[in-house]
Formats: sequence, C-alpha cells, structure tokens
Amino acid sequence: MDLVDSLLSGNRRALARLITQIENDLPVARNVLATLYMRAGRAHLVGVTGAPGTGKSTLVNELARAFRQSGRTVAIIAIDPTSPFTGGAILGDRIRMRDLSGDSGVFIRSMATRGSLGGLARATADVATALDAAGFDVVLIETVGAGQSEVDIAQLAHTVLVVEAPGLGDDVQAIKAGILEIADVLVVNKADQPNADITVRALRGMLALSQPESGARPTPICETVATEGKGIAELAAAIDDHRSHLNASGGMIERTRARIRRQIETMLREQLYARFISRNGGHAELDAAVEAVMDRRVDPYSAVEEMIK
Amino acid sequence: MTTLPIRVLVAKPGLDGHDRGAKVIARALRDAGMEVIYTGLRQTPEMIAEAALQEDVDVIGLSILSGAHNALAPRIMELLKTGGLSDVKVFMGGIIPDEDIPMLRSLGIAGVFGPGTSTETIVRAIREAVKE
Repeated sequence: MDLVDSLLSGNRRALARLITQIENDLPVARNVLATLYMRAGRAHLVGVTGAPGTGKSTLVNELARAFRQSGRTVAIIAIDPTSPFTGGAILGDRIRMRDLSGDSGVFIRSMATRGSLGGLARATADVATALDAAGFDVVLIETVGAGQSEVDIAQLAHTVLVVEAPGLGDDVQAIKAGILEIADVLVVNKADQPNADITVRALRGMLALSQPESGARPTPICETVATEGKGIAELAAAIDDHRSHLNASGGMIERTRARIRRQIETMLREQLYARFISRNGGHAELDAAVEAVMDRRVDPYSAVEEMIK
Repeated sequence: MTTLPIRVLVAKPGLDGHDRGAKVIARALRDAGMEVIYTGLRQTPEMIAEAALQEDVDVIGLSILSGAHNALAPRIMELLKTGGLSDVKVFMGGIIPDEDIPMLRSLGIAGVFGPGTSTETIVRAIREAVKE
C-alpha cells in the first residue's frame, strides 16, 4: 500500500490527504488505519481544554515551541465547533500558531466538530493514530472552548491540561463536577492579571477538598502568561512528569486498556447498527416503527424489542 | 450528512492591516456550510502554501488591499505548484485594478472579486470551481 509507505517516510501531503479521508469516513481510510494502528502507540497524547478565551491556542503554540527545543516533533489537532444550522465552521486556532510556520518538525491540522458534542470531533482519535504512526513524538489536542461537561478528551489523551483564566467564577464553580475533575495538570493562564491569585487559591482549595486515593499524585497547578512565554518551561516539565508518573505507576497501561475497550465498544455499536439496518432492507422498518410510536399504537420500548427479535 | 463540506483557507498576505473584508467573507462561507480555516493578518506566501498543504483545503481565498498582488500572487502560485497543490483553486479579493486581472488569471487564479461583489456570487463561484 503506497499511501502507508509515503506517510511513514514523512510525506506531509500524503498525511494531510489521509486525515481528510479519515474525517470523511471513507472506506479507504479504514484500511490504511488498520495498517497504521500497528505502528502507533509511541506518541504522547496531550489534551488541552478549557473555556473559550482562556488562551488555549496561545499555550499550545508556546508548548509546541518548548517541545521542539527539546528536540521532539509535534503534531497539533486544533478543534473548533461546527454550526448546528449550516454545517459550516470557522477554524481560527492557527491565528495564534504562526510562530510554528516553516518548521518541518511541526504539523498543524484544524478540525471542525461536525456534530460531536463532547469537545472533540468524531474522528479525532483516528487522526491522532495517523499522526502517531507518522512519527510525531507529541500530539497536542486542543478541544473546542469547553464549558463544564465536554470531557471526551479525558478518554483520548494520556495527559489532560485544563486551562483556567482569572475572573471566570467563584470557588463553587471550582468544586462542581465535570471538567476540573479530568485535569492531570491545572493551568492558570493570564497569571499577570489582577485576580489570578484568587483563581489559584480557589483551585488549590478545590484540590485540598478532594480526597485522592492513597498514593495518588497531587494535581499540579501551573501559572502561565502564554503571550509572554512565562511559565511554559515549568508547564512542559509538569507534562513530562505526568507521563513518567503514568509509566511508573502502571497508570498508562490502565488508561490505554480503558481507551481501547471504549473504542471497541463504540465501533461494535456502530457496526451492529449498520448491519441491522442493511439486513432489514434499509430504514423501512425503522421508519415504520417511528410512525407506529408517533400514533401511539406501540410504545418505543416494545417497538425496539420487536425489531431486534 | 450527505455532502462533504468544502474546506477553504482564508488568508491575508502582505502588510496591510485591514482584515474586515476577509472576516466578512469567512463568515459568509461559514454560513454557506463551508469549513473556513482563518489564518489572520500578514501571512507570507510560504505560510499560506504550508497551511494549505497541512489543512488539505479545496480552495484558498486571498485578501489583498495593499497593492502588492502582482508580487504576491506569482510567488504563492509557484509555491503551490512546487508543493503539489496545483489542484487547489485560488480566488482573490480586495483592491485589484481591472488591468491586472488578465495577468492574475494567466497565473491560474480562478477568480478575482472587487469591492461590492455580493457574498452570494463568491459562494457560487467557489461551489462551481470545486465541482470541476
């Protein structure tokens, strides 16, 4: 298969084409991924999430530069939302990443969510696999500007950064369930702003309240000013530390196993559904069930029971 | 989803700082269901060709108001060609005198849109060009 060969030999055009095929869910992409999968598993997948405007793209730009300085190659997947009304999207994360232009050790790809709601695009995991197989040492995955429950990144990345900025909420926000729980490293960006210490204190209080299992690693809080490159070296070190910790504690194996299980479950569900639809002559039976439930001739629970009999 | 979205790179090469037009176009293309990669101000031809390759776009939209189109366009088209991106359709907009348009078209620029062009016209031109 020459697409695989040219991709493994560093052909960036081939890589870009493959990512499009993966995004568009073309059968050819699935065949290539099957081969590439066996070559993947080496890259460190780092997720960067947080509310819109906290500085995720600028941080990703600075982190990529830091990793490049330590001699590692970096791929970036930058995700922005698709309009639910038109299917269009403005993908604007590259604006903050112009410093990385001209470096052949960096590859940036913007993705639209195309209807996914968990903060990632549906194809993000497969695109990460392709970048991993293509030999990038670090894959930085920037989610859409996340609210409180866009936590899919926790199921994909080895290390998750949750980026906060001053002035976004009080200490009750900090103890709510959701996005803060998935942080392996907490980042307070824009740390030169007046209320930054209040944000740091709220996060510290939140961490003190949680009762980690004995032997668990405390979540570090990194303060950064991404626009000036301040605190970036420390943040890059915290990311590396987390990876070493995962490797040493067996956490990496556990996370990988959980991720593979979820991936197989999802694919199984999709494939079984597709097979069901094709075996039963397209959507006719489904349409009939919808009409029957609409007219309240049957309830949805019994309708599904009947269909899978 | 039945049709795949058209991917468009919107870029502003050159040194002028007026990006309102580029933003209006980006927004109109988004509303037409396209995925727009917006790269911002002061892009070099090299940055534009590199971004087009990584993003695997179908179309590039260039906004130039500085008068430097006769210098920038040939360089961008040359870089796209050497990068194996000859199949990407390139459109230009901004302040471009009519007498320069034949030269730009001869470089392979798919269309040039002057001030006052409706966004419908631009959307239609892009859809037609991608269909080819």
